[in-house]
Amino acid sequence: MPDMDMRDAYCLALKELAADNKNIVALDADLMGADGLSSFKKEFPDQFINVGVAEANMVGIASGLSTMGKIPFASSFACFASRRVYDQFFISSNYAGLKVNLTGSDPGISAQLNGGTHMAFEDIGIMRNTPNLVIYEPCDIVSMKALVKEAAKIPNCTYLRLHRKGSNTIYDQNETFELGKGKVLRDGTDLTIIATGYILVPEALKAAEALSAKGIEAAVIDGYSIKPFDEDLVLEYAKKTGAVLTCENHQAATGLGSAVATFLSAKHPVPVFTHGVKDVFGEVGGMDYLKKKFGFTAERITELAEALIKEK
Amino acid sequence: METVKLEKQALLVRELIIEAIGDLGVGHIGGSLSIVEVLTTLYYECMTVDPANPLMSKRDRLVLSKGHAGPALYAVLASKGYFPIDWLKTLNAGGTRLPSHCDRRLTPGIDMSTGSLGQGLSAAIGMALGSRMDGLDNWIYAILGDGESDEGQVWEAAMAGAHFELDRLIAFTDYNKMNIDGYTRDIMNLDDLGAKWSAFNWHVQRVNGHEIEEIINAVARAKKVIGRPSMIILDTVKGKDCSFAEGKISSHNMTVSLQQKEEALALLKKKEKLYA
Repeated sequence: MPDMDMRDAYCLALKELAADNKNIVALDADLMGADGLSSFKKEFPDQFINVGVAEANMVGIASGLSTMGKIPFASSFACFASRRVYDQFFISSNYAGLKVNLTGSDPGISAQLNGGTHMAFEDIGIMRNTPNLVIYEPCDIVSMKALVKEAAKIPNCTYLRLHRKGSNTIYDQNETFELGKGKVLRDGTDLTIIATGYILVPEALKAAEALSAKGIEAAVIDGYSIKPFDEDLVLEYAKKTGAVLTCENHQAATGLGSAVATFLSAKHPVPVFTHGVKDVFGEVGGMDYLKKKFGFTAERITELAEALIKEK
Repeated sequence: METVKLEKQALLVRELIIEAIGDLGVGHIGGSLSIVEVLTTLYYECMTVDPANPLMSKRDRLVLSKGHAGPALYAVLASKGYFPIDWLKTLNAGGTRLPSHCDRRLTPGIDMSTGSLGQGLSAAIGMALGSRMDGLDNWIYAILGDGESDEGQVWEAAMAGAHFELDRLIAFTDYNKMNIDGYTRDIMNLDDLGAKWSAFNWHVQRVNGHEIEEIINAVARAKKVIGRPSMIILDTVKGKDCSFAEGKISSHNMTVSLQQKEEALALLKKKEKLYA
């Protein structure tokens, strides 16, 4: 797979889907350039709808399209695709039993220079409350393209956290993915790091290297499927390593970490630390500043891992 | 169907609504009774639907955006044969297929789940866009409440319906002039509602929402409009033709005693004789 922005992998997946199925429809709310959908519009003009700056209406229209057998993918920034449209997505899409795929781009600190107003640290927490909804956050372009195609196949509504700029390639291009599962990126025996997304999966891998140099072997799991998450895999690794550190570009209290902690407290209690944002709003800044500010670095993850294994 | 037969059918629908809500003892009776004529006219005269095949792909669709008026739509659908009339007795009972607000998963003939006001017109636009993509020549109908029109999303949808030139979309506003908390003019004045829709580039008509002939003619005119959607504003009376509810603000969601129910039905039965 050639190197490309994450958003271009998203768009490529939609274009390949649209070429095979005329029922694929992409919608945007005046952010098609930012969300990477300009070339989709160019190549599939009859399967693209721009609704203007009206996200609630976009989700309602997507729901109506779904009643007609269409498979809509509606995109906006994560702050609008969660906070702004939650009731529309909850009632008109999910409660109505329809199939709407909603994409929130620029989650968490990837909003960078758009700052605190646009920095969605709460979208997973909001969306997790929705029965049957599938939530996912790919960490590289290979898993992005594959998982968007998986999302189109399932009957559930989906919510995609799309880190749009930059390119990671972590997986071999022939790797296959399933929603509801996780991937073990590195095996280990001393603790398990479950990370999600473009920023934290690579940092977790780097942290595992640093820990290994100190004689601590950390397993690293890509928790791309946030709801449902891979309970079997989490349980297996909690038993195997005895400690779990979750890392996500989101509020620690309501994201994947909190779901994992709730699950393990009932099934197999081990020391768990949920690394994320601690009940503060986002703020403006460049990526390096924000990564340091919120501790989304290999160094901080290494520190947290060392502290955690002392609790075993 | 002849107008007089439609009028009689509307009367029977009204009786079914009062019976269902009266048996339960509480419900959204006012806003259900104000849309009896438009629903009866649409399902018995205007719409291409098949009660034996409620999911027929080429059918016309209706989004009852004011989803709390579900009991009115259930009465029409039951009388059309979508499901047994007996189901009306299960309104809002645990496990029912007829919940207070429309649910497309539960009820045959319900095209969209509604109840969170302001969302239905957007869904209707999606239906109209999807129909156009598939080259269907069906019609999409939506019924909004006047109080519902306070919601901002209605006006996002209004803009989009005109922008996308959805001339197969015909919407109605049940203009009964009452919100939950009081008269519409006092709670949030809609002022000249027709001028608002006109300004959004919709084709606008305003008719008596209890006169079936006027509704039929308005729909016929709306079907001839090219390049933009239609809004038909229905001047209606909340609780229409129900002795304990007509014209009362409290009729939005009111309790009904056995005696009230019997009195209201007795008056309607008398009226029924006019059509015998």
